Amino acid sequence: MTSSSNNDPSVFAEQLAVRRHWLLCAPALTVLFLAASGPLLIVLVYSFLESGEYGGVVWKPSVDAWFRVVFQRDIFDDTLSLADAHLKILWRSMRLSFFTTITTLILGFPTAYFIATRPQNSRNIWLFMVTVPFWTNLLIRTFAIMEVIRNEGMINTLLIFIGVIDAPVQMMNTDFAIMVGMTYVYLPLMVLPLYAAMERLDFSLVEAAYDLYATRLKVLWRVIIPLVRPGVVAGSILVFIPALGAFVTPRVLGGGKKMMLGNLIELQFGAGRNWPLGAALSITLLAVVMVALLVYVRTVQKNAELQR
Amino acid sequence: MQDNVNDAPANAHAPGVDIIAQNVVKIFGEGAGQVRALDDVSVTIHENEFFTLLGPSGCGKTTLLRLIAGFDHPTSGTIRLEGQDISHLPPYKRPVNTVFQNYALFPHMTVAQNIGFGLEMLGRSNSDVADVVDKMLALVRMGELRDRRTDQISGGQQQRVALARALAPRPKVLLLDEPLSALDYKLRKDMQIELKRLQHETGITFIFVTHDQEEALTMSDRIAVMSRGQILQIGSPRQIYDHPAERFVADFIGDTNFLIADVTSSAGGKARLLLSSGREVNADLPEGMTPSGRVTAVVRPEHATLVTPGEGELDGMLENVVYLGTDTHYHLKLSDNAPFVVRSQNQRNEDEVFAVGETVGIALESDSLQVLRD
Ligand SMILES: Nc1ncnc2c1ncn2[C@@H]1O[C@H](COP(=O)(O)OP(=O)(O)OP(=O)(O)O)[C@@H](O)[C@H]1O
Ligand SMILES: [Mg+2]
Repeated sequence: MTSSSNNDPSVFAEQLAVRRHWLLCAPALTVLFLAASGPLLIVLVYSFLESGEYGGVVWKPSVDAWFRVVFQRDIFDDTLSLADAHLKILWRSMRLSFFTTITTLILGFPTAYFIATRPQNSRNIWLFMVTVPFWTNLLIRTFAIMEVIRNEGMINTLLIFIGVIDAPVQMMNTDFAIMVGMTYVYLPLMVLPLYAAMERLDFSLVEAAYDLYATRLKVLWRVIIPLVRPGVVAGSILVFIPALGAFVTPRVLGGGKKMMLGNLIELQFGAGRNWPLGAALSITLLAVVMVALLVYVRTVQKNAELQR
Repeated sequence: MQDNVNDAPANAHAPGVDIIAQNVVKIFGEGAGQVRALDDVSVTIHENEFFTLLGPSGCGKTTLLRLIAGFDHPTSGTIRLEGQDISHLPPYKRPVNTVFQNYALFPHMTVAQNIGFGLEMLGRSNSDVADVVDKMLALVRMGELRDRRTDQISGGQQQRVALARALAPRPKVLLLDEPLSALDYKLRKDMQIELKRLQHETGITFIFVTHDQEEALTMSDRIAVMSRGQILQIGSPRQIYDHPAERFVADFIGDTNFLIADVTSSAGGKARLLLSSGREVNADLPEGMTPSGRVTAVVRPEHATLVTPGEGELDGMLENVVYLGTDTHYHLKLSDNAPFVVRSQNQRNEDEVFAVGETVGIALESDSLQVLRD
């Protein structure tokens, strides 16, 4: 590399390779930009504009939308206060998504373990059955859940029939209903990555642990969970993110009163006619997801290191 | 008499029997597709013994080992450890540890953590665990690599870690499922010696699985030769080699010549055989056999020498001579067309005396014939 670099054939070849590399990447990058960054950029720009009277935006720069994410102005005396409705919804979204992730994990882990320990040929049947609900429209699945838990629904009718309760237990339009719905809807998203991780698990390691006097619980904690951790992480992310932005399930099962972030955003673009606020809320959602992910991944990594 | 057997795990020198398998049957699957992996296996393995299960692939060695370890349970029959029926105990309740064929080291733990795992699960104090781990690391000479991850050490090192991990809790019995099969020849030889040393130093009963007859002969106190889910013969390497009782055993271990002969008389475990050449020889009988009529006898190639025709017990035509450095193999055809191999150790500057196509005599060492239980 002592000769002048311009006419060194190896450098030229390298430049060519770099150029070809980018050329080959170009289609993928274009799609990525158009499909992901592009819309995101539009949303970001919209969040800094003024809202039009009948929806849409007025092309005048403004930070009002961002302001309104956190604060609200009193209609009468113009005083400022925290937009606690928004904060409440944000908090509820995070809480419900968090618990949905936990319940799908608790239900999904044994399910995935069960499937992964079946003989090879019957595993596909079980996996197929896990994905069957995806074949039906989300709305229909959500209504099915409603049919089960509403006051005149299957559970209440049954409980009253066998005399456990006298009056129906109110489950519809509660956080509980939303959580049941989301757990049901997102369970496959937890099971599939968990299964993928468990299928790769070398079960002779489980036998080795049993052999070395580990009881079933110890085997689970010390061997299985650490080894399928990537699956747990992937499943949790796959459930938490869409749960945070969910709007069909909370709308149907929460009865419009128990709003989540997704509903709030949808409201701004619809009846609320405040696109910039909707856009700002969307970006907020994105930020929350990113922060949550970062914290989560960090914690998992730290735990993994502690185990070493 | 056996009241405190369970409280004395380290007392490896208590007299008595370690493991008894009684009429053990293991059937996998159901209906037409079922496999009889173990077919009425009975064996007694003594305390402090290096016991080897030897047999071809699929004969049920791993299955028997897994039943002893507790990963599987017998379809019928019992397995006893020091008199106690352990057939249906889970693995973590048996004082038995396994060295797996693929080692099965925990990839998310270091070498030291792997070795300490069993003791930790037994609830030993941290300082206890650390002590034993240090001793084990020294025993298998892995001290420098204690904090390595197990996927960052060589195959031979992994093998030693697996061994140390299984030995650390001081089991009464150590099961080894072809632990050397993944190693290259040189390392394998070293590890064979090391295993013998470890067994000697720890006084633990080793049950060792291999399909390598040479490995079995060099390492074992006793060998059980298995075939198709059955144990065909149990004995010391010498007994198995010199007195194979069945054709399969004779064939599987070492090179063998088979001779058809007629029994003229038998008494006290010996028989008088009339060979196809018309001469009579003495032969050993398998235990409890009273032969009559036509039998098959075996003689090892190294127990025969070539002599001038008519002077030996057999005559044959020399078909091929294979020079192997230390030995020469003479391939012959007997008068009844049966093949016969004579192996002789080479001397320096030896002249070739016998030429291919020549008729030669074969002298059998006295007492070198063994009758098979066909
Ligand atoms: N889980 C199982 N299900 C069905 N059949 C099995 C199972 N495990 C073993 N077998 C069958 O039992 C027989 C004995 O198997 P085993 O693994 O004990 O053989 P092995 O002697 O250890 O052979 P190798 O030297 O190849 O390891 C084989 O025919 C095998 O196919
Ligand atoms: Mg095997």
